Amino acid sequence: MAIVDIKNLCKVYDLGSFDVSALSSLDLEIEQGQYMAIMGPSGSGKSTLLNVLGCLDTPSSGIYNLAGEDVAGLDDDELSAIRGSRIGFIFQSYNLIAQLNVIENIEVPMYYQGIGERSSFDRAKELAEMVGLGERLTHRPSQLSGGQQQRVAIARSLANDPVIILADEPTGNLDSKSGSEILVILDELHRRGKTLIIVTHDESIAERAERTIHLLDGRIEREVHNGKRY
Amino acid sequence: MRWFGIKRTAKLGLKSLWMHRLRSTLTTLGIVFGVCSVIAMLAIGEGASRQTQEAIARLGSTNLIIETVEPPEKGTNTGDVETVRNYGLTYSDAESIRHTMPDVEVAVPIREVDQQARYLNRKVAIKIVGTIPWYTEIAPVRIIRGRFLSSIDLHNQQSVCVIDDDVARKLFAFDDPLGRHLGIRGSFYRVVGIAAAYSSTKNGNGFGGDMASSAGGDGGAVGKVYVPLTTAKVRFGEFSFSLSGGSRSASKVELQKITVKVNPKDRTMGLKEMLAMRDTLNVLLDRLHDKEDFRIVVPLELLVEAARTKRIFNIVLGSIAAISLLVGGIGIMNIMLASVSERTREIGIRRALGAKKRDIIAQFLTETVMLTLIGGILGIVLGVVIPYMVTRFAEMTTVVTPLSLILAFGISAAVGVTFGLYPAWRAANMDPIESLRHE
Repeated sequence: MAIVDIKNLCKVYDLGSFDVSALSSLDLEIEQGQYMAIMGPSGSGKSTLLNVLGCLDTPSSGIYNLAGEDVAGLDDDELSAIRGSRIGFIFQSYNLIAQLNVIENIEVPMYYQGIGERSSFDRAKELAEMVGLGERLTHRPSQLSGGQQQRVAIARSLANDPVIILADEPTGNLDSKSGSEILVILDELHRRGKTLIIVTHDESIAERAERTIHLLDGRIEREVHNGKRY
Repeated sequence: MRWFGIKRTAKLGLKSLWMHRLRSTLTTLGIVFGVCSVIAMLAIGEGASRQTQEAIARLGSTNLIIETVEPPEKGTNTGDVETVRNYGLTYSDAESIRHTMPDVEVAVPIREVDQQARYLNRKVAIKIVGTIPWYTEIAPVRIIRGRFLSSIDLHNQQSVCVIDDDVARKLFAFDDPLGRHLGIRGSFYRVVGIAAAYSSTKNGNGFGGDMASSAGGDGGAVGKVYVPLTTAKVRFGEFSFSLSGGSRSASKVELQKITVKVNPKDRTMGLKEMLAMRDTLNVLLDRLHDKEDFRIVVPLELLVEAARTKRIFNIVLGSIAAISLLVGGIGIMNIMLASVSERTREIGIRRALGAKKRDIIAQFLTETVMLTLIGGILGIVLGVVIPYMVTRFAEMTTVVTPLSLILAFGISAAVGVTFGLYPAWRAANMDPIESLRHE
């Protein structure tokens, strides 16, 4: 069964005098373990789709099933719970919390799921070591390079073992060397069976994914399959 | 809010507050001063009223004090060079009261004369109190050494006296006054006892001071010298002369005061009963006096009045302090609102990572409440220290009541919650997508 099952999804923004349709009758299925890229010019609905996929936004109409649960009609608290437990976010600008150190940043999603201090610390440490930051557990974001900060963000996205990971231009703020390091980590996550959805402008990044969908005017314009990699 | 998360929420809050140390400190100051002024003002108010009440209580709550007052001039004899005005309470008044008034345990006549006392080459101004042995029934005279005046002294017009320890110290210095003689206007009086001077006149301020001086009057006197009334009557004439505006005038006054102690066997005397007693007494004395040359003071009435004054005083002081707390609270709210908009992005991140609205509310509310509680604790410390300093250096009585501490602490917590709720609510209701986009 598809981990993400979207049918006839619409998102309409009410701008007072007129409505803007950001997504119109979108159908999308993503299989468990799939590595998918979303491309498209600005205004094509990439961000809206990502927000809806990430349960930050609710569709105006249509069906969104995430891991078998209909999430289209949930209220704010239920959406928060879904975001915290089933979705991992990786942002272009890392979005770490400045006053927290590496460990504490990774712990944030676990804190909101009510995981105890001891086990969340152990888990955070394990994840930090996995992304190669085992030596910098007590550093603040401001003491880390961009690539290191993004690695903290990846570790954080994995904290609650989510069913999908959403990455919004994860290498957009990085130099090519750090960027490729990040992409290697993402490949590794894919190899371990994580479902990855990455938004990018960069064709070469999209080519690393198994499948790329191109959005235009709130519809899937075309879809490219690069073949299954793992 | 998850209960087991409170410790971590608090830790997180402290971390954020610590990040902005200066801002947190300045914000807290508003609460510190607010709480501290609540406590200090209540302490000073309480102290002042307690002082007053003690001064009044010394007059005796079961006493009625009848004082001689100079009646208004008739106005016909302004041209006279010399007039003797005869007025005031008399010995026979005291007798009449004792014999005709019900429930009177004792009526104590008192003659007061300002004089100088001498011992060796030392002189001090004193107030002579001519009275009877039962004086101790109506005034809290504490004999430190020796004895008070006796009825034999009274009967035989003995030249003996009892002195305040203030007088003893000033006049006799290092000598033992007991058995020695002090001179007043050419006569000598043997000191038979030393009484503790109570401090009503020492730092009489406000209402309490007024009462104390109308009851005792100091007129620059160091202290009191008690002599038998009979002796005082013989030795110190009832005439007093004064020179005013070029004309001499003389007045004849027998007694300055009669203090009546009421002690009914079958009932307790409340304010109503005391006032009824005063009216009865008034009627009796009106019949005996053709001039308005006396007045009756009911200490209990003053006491009740003082309690009422205290309540008003406390309300006024409390309101002023509460306003400063309000200002502090608004300051906190202002800062928290600024903090919320400054941390919009953090809120967005937390929301994306699974924080519910109530988690965000808990986070910001915890920060505000912690700010005010820290402020509250510091305020309480300052609020206890300041009255102590006031007592120490301004010699005013202050009383820090536990109630005022609880009140101040409760108010600061309430201020924290009240003024923290809105910023926290604002934070929680921000759109996660918008907040994430916020720079």
